[in-house]
Amino acid sequence: MSSGFEIRWHGRGGQGAKTAALLLADVAFQTGRYVQGFPEYGPERMGAPITAYNRISDKKIRVHSNIYTPDLVVVVDETLLHSVDVTAGLKQEGAIIVNTPKSREEILPLLGGYKGGVYTVDARKISVEALGKNFPNSPMLAAAVAVGHIMEREAFIAEMRASYQHKFAKKPEVIEGNMKALAMTFDALEEALKENMRQSA
Amino acid sequence: MAIKDRMSGNEAVSYAIRQINPDVMPAFPITPSTEIPQMVSTYIANGEIDTEFIPVESEHSAMSAAIGAQAAGARTLTATSSAGLALMWEELLLAASNRMPLALALVNRTLSGPININCDHSDGMGARDTGWIQIYAENNQEAYDNFIQAYPIAEHENVHLPIMICQDGFITSHAVENIKLLEDHAVKEFVGEYRPEEYLLNPGKPIAVGPYSVTNYAMEAKKNQEIALENAKDVILEVAKRFERISGRSYGLFEEYKTEDADYIMLLIGSAAGTAKQAAHNMRKEGKKVGVIKLRVFRPFPAKELSQALKNCKAVAIMDRCESYNGNGGPLGSEVTAGLFRNKVSVEAVNYIYGLAGRDFTVEDVYHIFEELADAVENGKETEQYQYIGLRK
Repeated sequence: MSSGFEIRWHGRGGQGAKTAALLLADVAFQTGRYVQGFPEYGPERMGAPITAYNRISDKKIRVHSNIYTPDLVVVVDETLLHSVDVTAGLKQEGAIIVNTPKSREEILPLLGGYKGGVYTVDARKISVEALGKNFPNSPMLAAAVAVGHIMEREAFIAEMRASYQHKFAKKPEVIEGNMKALAMTFDALEEALKENMRQSA
Repeated sequence: MAIKDRMSGNEAVSYAIRQINPDVMPAFPITPSTEIPQMVSTYIANGEIDTEFIPVESEHSAMSAAIGAQAAGARTLTATSSAGLALMWEELLLAASNRMPLALALVNRTLSGPININCDHSDGMGARDTGWIQIYAENNQEAYDNFIQAYPIAEHENVHLPIMICQDGFITSHAVENIKLLEDHAVKEFVGEYRPEEYLLNPGKPIAVGPYSVTNYAMEAKKNQEIALENAKDVILEVAKRFERISGRSYGLFEEYKTEDADYIMLLIGSAAGTAKQAAHNMRKEGKKVGVIKLRVFRPFPAKELSQALKNCKAVAIMDRCESYNGNGGPLGSEVTAGLFRNKVSVEAVNYIYGLAGRDFTVEDVYHIFEELADAVENGKETEQYQYIGLRK
């Protein structure tokens, strides 16, 4: 019944959750699959909670509704954990990624007893270190690709370079920083992903 | 050669506009159609097309300028949504009655109130009796394909009417999906040059546009306009056939999905048709004889053709993404049931109102409706003939 792999993004207006979902559709398209990336807007203002979605499938995607039973949830702003039920409908064999400086153990009690994979990424720290500013969407995009096994790291990095060169044609100085943020996120998640594989093996 | 790409519905329509390179585009921005004039302006700024863009101070002026440009002999378009279309109302009627074959990219959004930016069809349906041709799309691909077919339909000598190419706000306008694009030269060849027979800037053959008509002749003018809209039906099908030859994609007045032996059919317009098809596909696997009809052309209204398509089913769910506030049903429900009666087709028909102001419409909603139809027919359960789905309980 579900249409392939489904992702739900939670963020706040202005943080780039929608852009990340559209970029993810872009890179997944490059792997020859069918994709959807779309936002769900609440009030049109900075800081309001927004949701964005991705479907990725080997078959043509016909469904045009929101996603209620995602395989993966990405939380771009951890303050949402207190106001939004981010694990609603999330498959037990799925996973959630939270942007936070806190550890997995500190975040777990805020996830309503969710039993699937739980990953934390300090996207602010990565972004500030790589870019000098807090743009959490590049690290969260890399995290979604890594945790969701959407494509191989090398292929993803190559696609993203091309994508950033297009997107930032007028400010090429930010390309290297964003590329660095992607690589740092993959490195940061390496241990956690290995550990999770051991747990499920 | 088809070009495989991915883009949003707004990008797809803008891409088609770039390939067509129309002469004039007056526009005023309104969510969720704003990206269309924005992207077209970028194409113009980059020198990719030489369309004359007219920034205006309102949609009323946008449609007025569009009529003026079209009357002068220019191939013209504009884009809008919701209140923008409502503000054009007077001019919509003028565009049609003055037989201006201009195009409007409508990105469907609810009308106020409460004020809301999301999709339903109340804007397009509100303009259903203005004399425009209306074609609706399920996804970005259809929005693109329909826009490429717009001018050959509108400018056809038997038609000469304005055309609205509609897609669902946000659901398709802002959703990035796969798409197959045609090459620029294929689109240019298909659409061709605009060579109006009569136009204002033709000193050799002066004409008047929009003069007063006395009662002796005004009624005939209106009847001629109605004949032109009826003519559009055949032209839409001819253009679709020609389009299939360059694209491999076939279009009709509506699409029938697994309806041949279907006991229960859902009839709907726009992006929700994809969701309904997926649900019907899933239910077919369980042996349930269900099908979907997606209405593509709402104006002219294919009442006879729809009645034929529905005559063998046991019940039909007619889905309106619009409330008519008349206590009797939505626009599609009212017109389809009138068509069934006139064509002497007697099937159970339930008119559902769904998806207002962006309320989500899901695969589960479709299951529920098909089950309700079956319950009414097989178990004689009494069913409201006009009801809402997806309301908060």
